[in-house]
Amino acid sequence: MNFILHIWRQANPQAKGFFEKHELEVEAESSFLEMLDALNERLISLGKEAIVFDHDCREGICGSCSLVINGEPHGRHRATTTCQQYMRDYQDQNELWIEPWRATAFPVIKDLMVDRSAFDRIIQAGGYIPVRTGAAPEANTQPVAKPVADKAFDAATCIGCGACVAVCPNASATLFIAAKVSHLSSLPQGQLDHKRPAKMLAKMEAEGFGSCSNYRECERVCPKQIRTDTIVTMNKLLYQS
Amino acid sequence: MTEEQPLDSFSPKGPLEQRWTQHKYNLRVVSPANRKRYRVIVVGTGLAGASAAASLAEMGYQVKTFCFQDSPRRAHSIAAQGGINAAKNYHNDGDSVWRLFYDMIKGGDFRARESNVFRLAELSTSIIDQAVAQGVPFAREYSGYLANRSFGGAQVSRTFYARGQTGQQLLLGAYQAMSRQVAEGHIEHFSRCEMQDLIKIDGKAKGIVVRDLLTGELSTHLADCVVLCTGGYSNAFYLSTNAKGCNTSAIWRAHKHGALFANPCFTQIHPTCIPQHGELQSKLTLMSESLRNDGRIWAPKNPADCGRDPREIPEQDRDYFLERMYPAFGNLVPRDIASRAVKHICDDGRGVGHEINGQKLGVYLDFADAIKEQGADVINEKYGNLFDMYQRITSEDPSQQPMRIYPAVHYTMGGLWVDYNLMTSVDGLFAGGEANFSDHGANRLGASALMQGLADGYFILPTTVSDYLARQTPLEDKDYPEVQQAMNYSQSRLDRLLNAPEPKQTPDHFHRRLGKILWDHCGMARNEFALKQAIEDIQQLREQFWREIKVSGNDKQLNQTLERAGRVADFMELGELMCIDALNREESCGCHARVEHLTSNGEVQRRDNDFGFVSAWQFTGDVVQPKLVKEPLHFDFVSPGIRNYQ
Repeated sequence: MNFILHIWRQANPQAKGFFEKHELEVEAESSFLEMLDALNERLISLGKEAIVFDHDCREGICGSCSLVINGEPHGRHRATTTCQQYMRDYQDQNELWIEPWRATAFPVIKDLMVDRSAFDRIIQAGGYIPVRTGAAPEANTQPVAKPVADKAFDAATCIGCGACVAVCPNASATLFIAAKVSHLSSLPQGQLDHKRPAKMLAKMEAEGFGSCSNYRECERVCPKQIRTDTIVTMNKLLYQS
Repeated sequence: MTEEQPLDSFSPKGPLEQRWTQHKYNLRVVSPANRKRYRVIVVGTGLAGASAAASLAEMGYQVKTFCFQDSPRRAHSIAAQGGINAAKNYHNDGDSVWRLFYDMIKGGDFRARESNVFRLAELSTSIIDQAVAQGVPFAREYSGYLANRSFGGAQVSRTFYARGQTGQQLLLGAYQAMSRQVAEGHIEHFSRCEMQDLIKIDGKAKGIVVRDLLTGELSTHLADCVVLCTGGYSNAFYLSTNAKGCNTSAIWRAHKHGALFANPCFTQIHPTCIPQHGELQSKLTLMSESLRNDGRIWAPKNPADCGRDPREIPEQDRDYFLERMYPAFGNLVPRDIASRAVKHICDDGRGVGHEINGQKLGVYLDFADAIKEQGADVINEKYGNLFDMYQRITSEDPSQQPMRIYPAVHYTMGGLWVDYNLMTSVDGLFAGGEANFSDHGANRLGASALMQGLADGYFILPTTVSDYLARQTPLEDKDYPEVQQAMNYSQSRLDRLLNAPEPKQTPDHFHRRLGKILWDHCGMARNEFALKQAIEDIQQLREQFWREIKVSGNDKQLNQTLERAGRVADFMELGELMCIDALNREESCGCHARVEHLTSNGEVQRRDNDFGFVSAWQFTGDVVQPKLVKEPLHFDFVSPGIRNYQ
């Protein structure tokens, strides 16, 4: 397979970025990131700087990878992170436009890499259950109904990649926060902290993310299929408190 | 330290079940008012690092944490799928701390310390309590109580799980606990920072040199002790199930400062991974071995059937080889046994799937019978996300046709040698989680990596680090010559990587070649001739590396090529030590199969009298001549038996 690639290059956060054009032959079985690896091998051999991008586990769970491919965060295949996109998914394309997440709260660091530390600070604002190490009661003293536990789990699968922000016209982190709130606040262990949604949302605003206005694009691109009903759950808790 | 003086682990004596309790009582504590005077550095923020940092910070120490990822939440612990063991006996099926202890000692093929393993079994139940209180959404039964499953060779149901994402949920629990301490100002965290060197002052570990990966700037951080929780070294093999960034650099730097490296050849090859599809593949993906609970492993009896659609191969032409060879355990035999059996079948010319270097490397893992018996919904509830993952990678649906699997390097039992307090042989340097060698012996039992990481982080390190600090005066802030020395050394190493005399090849090029040497000669089956060849090959490759390594860009900027080159350089040295250790251990045990020491039916043959010890290697100033120090292992409570899974 042959592709014409237009890849975003940007030397540093202040620099002006541009699309750099490359042509590459690649196997259909190759993953999207292996395609970029191959390109980087070529660039290094030519003495040029490799294209910078975040990646780590390459099995869709660490949340590092973060590319916008032809305008879609994480590419065209639904419910899938960038690292799990395969070139066979792009057989009908010959040009690919590859960009970083774009949001004020996620400034570009270099090329395709962005700064998502705002997510860490949002978690620090209240995305935890405060239990001291060693202070926990016997685990089975408090049963949790299976549907409640399952729902909490569904929300807890968020990998913090930020695709929800990247696709949102408001660059809102509401789905990210709602997932954490739904996970923790629906479990009996996490119900005591009534201020959790308010604290996390306030932090979101302070970090420069926008607000939610129900475009629901986030749900469409979420690689872990976190649903916007978590936002309903969060809003309910927010107004109750 | 000489060979005549064997290593002392300082394990407590007395009745096994009272050792940890008694030891805790004997350890010193720091009064709450004094704790803020002490500083602790934790490198690596996976399960062990994040939980240790959170717990130490909660106690009141000043903690600094470092990780190379952009957030602690991305550490590779997140990818653990299957589960975490705990001797809760919720199933009333005869489980107990003693049984879990016994299973781990046996699973480790009698190459782990009894005291450590018993402590781990004992702490396992508190880990579950802690995780549930933090909001880890473990699977539950309809009653609302926690669900368990049997896992990886265990004959009781003691594995707690959160669908196929147990590691993710436990890591997020530890990450959130850590985030709370960051918010409270007890932890100062540094993401995208990589440790370059250890700083020793007056022989004690007192700090580290780190490189800010964004700016390239080197800086130093001092503390009263250093805790390394930087994971394992599976990526020495290039292709492994580890994340791309996983590396040995932190523990290797520590090794070169005098920390003994224990059992480097003990690397676990996991049987159920997705087979390699091509030469340029960047990593392998593991499928949780919980799949073996319901999936049946088979290969065609007849090599001529290997290219056929598996669904068309009739029952009588299939060889369910694990069920045939090990009737009692069947598909649930321990990982090393399953892996070698699969390799054996493929070497026999009965492999299926893609051909790599002229050989088909794969066997089938079939769910057709399980779906027939239990229904598609039940199987989907258990393994849905794993099936999706498999389908994403291979574009084949495991509910319609059998999966193909092949073993891959997955976990390293070896690591920095630590005593009972998890302190390395460098005073003030601790190691937790996969970075140490402590509890898994020659083979780790399924669902015990998460357990060990969290036991170290939540319960052991907070206690033993406190004891150490209680005996220290807080380090004075002044200029130490050792700090500048470490900085200069780190800079010179970066300069050397950037200025090879004949720059030609990329870091990945060298990494792939090293990986192939290790996989071929120090993989599932090893022999003297191949290991000697591997040592020679690695020495040549290393020489070529330093002559021809090509890194574009410079060190004063974000430079991922430079990061990789530095990691590969360390793997080049560790790889040789792995082979030296494998060569020296003239026995088969656990995952380490020396073909000279197998029984007639291919089972591993231990030599307890000659090799009932931990091999701890000391850096002598010359990588090719490490010195062996032995820690003899004593079995007072379990007598070493032959692992028999037939």
